[in-house]
Amino acid sequence: MGLLFLSPWLIGLVVFTAYPIIASLYFSFTYYSGLSSPRWAGLDNYVQLFRDSLFWKSIYNTLYLAIIGIPLAQILSILVALLLNTKVKFLAIFRTLYFLPSIVPAVATALLWKWFLNPQFGPVNLLLERIGLPTPGWLTDPLWSKPALIFTSIWGVGGAMVIYLAGLQNIPSELYEAAELDGAGRIAAFTKITLPMLSPVILFNVVMGIINSFQSFTSVFIMTAGGPENSTLVYALSIYRNGFQFYKMGYASAMAWILLVMTSVAIFFVFKFFGKYGYFGGADKS
Amino acid sequence: MKKKTLNKVWIYLLLIAGAVFFIIPFFWMFSTSLKSYDDVFAFPPVWWPSEVLWSNYAELLTELPFLRYTLNTVFVTGMTLLGFMLSSSIVAFGFSYFRIPGKKILFRILLVTLMIPPQVTMIPQFVLFNRLGWVGTFLPLIVPTFFGGAFSIFLLKQFFDTVPREYSDAAKLDGANEWRIFLKVYLPLSKPALATSALFIFIWTWTDFLNPLIYLNDDRMYTLSIGLQQLSTSRTTAWPQLMGGSVLMTLPIIVLFFLAQKTFIQGIQVGGIKS
Repeated sequence: MGLLFLSPWLIGLVVFTAYPIIASLYFSFTYYSGLSSPRWAGLDNYVQLFRDSLFWKSIYNTLYLAIIGIPLAQILSILVALLLNTKVKFLAIFRTLYFLPSIVPAVATALLWKWFLNPQFGPVNLLLERIGLPTPGWLTDPLWSKPALIFTSIWGVGGAMVIYLAGLQNIPSELYEAAELDGAGRIAAFTKITLPMLSPVILFNVVMGIINSFQSFTSVFIMTAGGPENSTLVYALSIYRNGFQFYKMGYASAMAWILLVMTSVAIFFVFKFFGKYGYFGGADKS
Repeated sequence: MKKKTLNKVWIYLLLIAGAVFFIIPFFWMFSTSLKSYDDVFAFPPVWWPSEVLWSNYAELLTELPFLRYTLNTVFVTGMTLLGFMLSSSIVAFGFSYFRIPGKKILFRILLVTLMIPPQVTMIPQFVLFNRLGWVGTFLPLIVPTFFGGAFSIFLLKQFFDTVPREYSDAAKLDGANEWRIFLKVYLPLSKPALATSALFIFIWTWTDFLNPLIYLNDDRMYTLSIGLQQLSTSRTTAWPQLMGGSVLMTLPIIVLFFLAQKTFIQGIQVGGIKS
């Protein structure tokens, strides 16, 4: 009887997840245009990939965005959450203002920031010029295009901030009182209480950050289409191009499988790191 | 005491500075949507249009097929909501209520599927739907939702687990079968979780870009995401219309946020804290 209730998901699991995962592994060993039937290629797609400079470029770009973007997003959202957790007035208003950008549709966010960062007609360079700072070309400059994408993603950091805020509010205040009695300063309280108690939440946000950043597609597709000079050709965009624009579906499947492995390895190491340094001994049984 | 007030001043200053950074882009989006081309390409840029053109919005709805895109998006979102809510609540009840051998492992598999990049399943799914002749229709966007969404199942299952056994035992004594217990006991008690789940499904579908991009190829069937993106490639300088379209697409979500703020914030926090 119970299985009857699970059956929609079980069928979906087989048809829309398990079969496609195995099929894409098979496709990755074939030449496949999606139109004619696949032809066995052995390891050829993988060999070609390792010789493909655009493949390495897309890995570099993706890692650049992740390694700078994810820690930056965590630091900023923890900082805002800490500020909001000091019993400020208008908490709800501030929280709303910081949170709203994170629910703006990705297409709208991408178009908005493309226009906002326009080097000639956008307000960002206008402000920079007024205060005498250099005015980069942002999305049109290969050096600045990735930082511009990171700025755009920082605008949507409100979701993580709200989660951190809840995490902070869950820390029992007795801990801080006890620390104060022991003469611990504010910095000690932060590193010895706040950070360890917050570590499960940080872990969650970092894992979500890795998943989202390795798959990020929409913003780049709309803002730069991978340019200039492939400086924003991210991994997911490269998969889409190979699969749906060049009809090299075997090649794209090989890339997709490498993405699956990369994501799993990254998450594995993050869990390991947090297992070593994080605090997971709370009464929370989840 | 004095030091404390000084601290507070700093905190507020920082918070306000941050809030400005988060708001200005919204303002720019809105002000651009009301600008004439002269104002859009004025140098130096102007913050507010010299002449406010509400007619930009009229143009979006009459000359450009934005009404059509909106209706398409509403249809796809509505069907997706129906599919996901129906299937996910049934499956979540299955996970929560019954003793099934291997249930723990199945639930773990469910959580793992949340982490699989869509790129891995995307190509074989496309091939499958192509073979069925569904590419170019709404079916690939809608049909899979009737087989449950991992996140909704997870969320609802966690909530169903908190429903006291005594309630369903009492219903059982009254002769209720599993379906009745599901419909009359679990669903009415789980309104907050159902609302949270529906909210997230709505936002994901309303804003989804990748799936419509892959499966929709007829201008008359575009959703707002694709319609807006197509407009941005066909009329690269039509910033008032592009920003106006962005405003229109964002507005329902913001309205929904203010109507259901609590559900929103709690949903996100529960997702983050419980897992």
